[in-house]
Amino acid sequence: MLRTSLIFIPIALLCVFVADIEITTRDPWGELQRMAWGVLTPDVSVLFTFRTALLNTLTFAFCGLSLGIVGGSILTFFFHLTPVRLFCAFIRAIHEIFWAFLFLPLVGLNPICGVLAIAVPYAGIFAKVYAEILQETDRRPLRGLPDQTQPLSRFLYGQLPVAWANIRHYTAYRFECALRSSAVLGFIGLPTIGFHLETAFRESLYAEAAALLYAFYLLIASLKYWIKPKLVALYLLLSFALIPKTIHFSIANITRFFTYEIFPWPMRREGFLSGSSDLAWPLHDTYLWFTERLASAILPGIWNTVILTQIGLVGTGLFAILTFPMISHHFFSRLTTRIGHIVLIVIRTTPEYMLAYICVQLWGPSMLPAIVALALHNGAILAFLLGQNANLIPLRLDAPKTRVSRYLFETLPRIYGQFLAFLFYRWEVMMRESAILGILGIYTLGFFIDSAITEQKMDQVLLLIGVTALLNMGIDTLSQRIRKRLHMTTGSIKTTA
Amino acid sequence: MFHLTNISVAYDDKPVLHNISLSIDEGDKVVLIGQSGAGKSTLLRKLYDLQKRQAAFIHQDYALVPQLSTFHNIYMGRLDQHSIFYNAWTLIHPQKRERDEMAPILDALDLTDKQNERVSELSGGQQQRVAVGRALYRNAKIILGDEPVSAIDPQQSDIVLNLLKHHAGTLVLAMHDVELALRHFDRIIGLRNGHIAFNLLRNQVTDAHLTELFNRA
Repeated sequence: MLRTSLIFIPIALLCVFVADIEITTRDPWGELQRMAWGVLTPDVSVLFTFRTALLNTLTFAFCGLSLGIVGGSILTFFFHLTPVRLFCAFIRAIHEIFWAFLFLPLVGLNPICGVLAIAVPYAGIFAKVYAEILQETDRRPLRGLPDQTQPLSRFLYGQLPVAWANIRHYTAYRFECALRSSAVLGFIGLPTIGFHLETAFRESLYAEAAALLYAFYLLIASLKYWIKPKLVALYLLLSFALIPKTIHFSIANITRFFTYEIFPWPMRREGFLSGSSDLAWPLHDTYLWFTERLASAILPGIWNTVILTQIGLVGTGLFAILTFPMISHHFFSRLTTRIGHIVLIVIRTTPEYMLAYICVQLWGPSMLPAIVALALHNGAILAFLLGQNANLIPLRLDAPKTRVSRYLFETLPRIYGQFLAFLFYRWEVMMRESAILGILGIYTLGFFIDSAITEQKMDQVLLLIGVTALLNMGIDTLSQRIRKRLHMTTGSIKTTA
Repeated sequence: MFHLTNISVAYDDKPVLHNISLSIDEGDKVVLIGQSGAGKSTLLRKLYDLQKRQAAFIHQDYALVPQLSTFHNIYMGRLDQHSIFYNAWTLIHPQKRERDEMAPILDALDLTDKQNERVSELSGGQQQRVAVGRALYRNAKIILGDEPVSAIDPQQSDIVLNLLKHHAGTLVLAMHDVELALRHFDRIIGLRNGHIAFNLLRNQVTDAHLTELFNRA
């Protein structure tokens, strides 16, 4: 296990060697000072100005999540069928932002776009996790039911109550994720908090940005106080009532999208030149078009996405392994671990995309901000879980007295298995994120997708998003294989991935 | 009701029952005794498989849903007799009709004040009584039970066994408490190493039979 994991370090070092890492801004330190000043002097008044965006962040998350739960629950029942399983893997392999890009030309830049962008990938995730939870629940109670009970009644009485606690716990955790997704969707123009964060950062209005970020942290930190089972129905009703319903549906537009715009340009060229929407089938030209995309976007995009992911993976591991003692009482006093907790919570609450955006402001676009963002966000999540698990280890009375030997000989060896399992589990998530960070000007797949969006070339957008999804599914399979071969289980950790 | 001729059962190629031949008629009340591993549970399960539709089964591990209430666990005995909508509605809101029908069973099993409590909150003996209650509520012609009173105290064991005998058309139980078994049943089947050692009326069973049955060889 140790040897397999160590192979990843030289791979990452090689990647660093070929990666484009540089600081291109003229005065990163000055910018950092201005940011720090903004953090200390937040302009709280913007919260009132941007109250609609704050509300939208919540309503998008609520509506998107609830639709995702409904879709995922239905899919769960058919999850044993291979086509359904592949379909779920496919829709969850595409990031919320990419889904938003796909829905944009269909429904326009409006709430429906945001809600669907959350609902679709979440449905895929819920289908998988719910199916796993059901599979792992105790099946003995089922034997107690009469033989002729209909399948749905069997499920309602024999399985759902047994799995309910796990399902509820996971769904609640996903709400936090949905809030992050909802906020991040603002960065591409949807009317959530991210929209104003982006503006504030772009115009260096750091006092505004800080206030918005604080509000976001507060929202997430306070979840447990106001998300109560009895109130959820009320919140849902309110969300669906409050969400702006300015939809400009055009069936003609949607038809045109599916029957014309998504086809490769060579197939459309003749029709375009003659002013109609007819398709032709020039095989050779289409093949040339594809190889051109392959050379100019797909291969370089995959190359950079993989490189970024591998560096990010090792970065995450190192960050987690070095920082988890911060929250473990085996190493530090109560006060220090408290502070450690807060630091880790703040870092993990900030989505990678936001972290990367902030770092790009500081250092300019290169892989550096992306690596830092990936390592910090994922590393903080992992460190948090490792620290909690380390705290469960009972230390023997004659355990080594110095922190370093205690760390090396008592704690680390015992949590290393879980650590690796989680890291592999996170691999696919990080690849999804690496692709997305391209939108910030790093040459991963997202960069090429974003360019195609700007040029309104939906044929290329679709091709590239498809490639991204397949890449993710590939990594997912690989990571599952490795985990199976090394007999790894994340145990309780899994539900938080 | 049950007519077995030369039945053998094996798990993972390991024989558990060898050439069992056995007849149980409607109305029979029978107890299976024998050492653990003699094949009592396997024989019971075999009998259940033969009459799934009209049999209720009391599992050794109760097979309850710990997260649901006593009422719901007992109601489960009749899940096959209602539509999915009725079952779903009853899960959210127990109906008066079922409460009334269940009342005598709850009363007899001393569970009336526990009917709204989660089964996970109950003691082992109470849980076992819930499992018995579910079998009784099922109103099946046949009741099969694998150690149905193993966790219940002596006085209540008598009550529960009498209830089962009274309600079941045909009753087959597996029990390890020989004294209790002999006190309650007229027909005794002794199992040993997957064979039927004896199949006798109570007054025909001698100490020699029992010593032979429980003698480790």
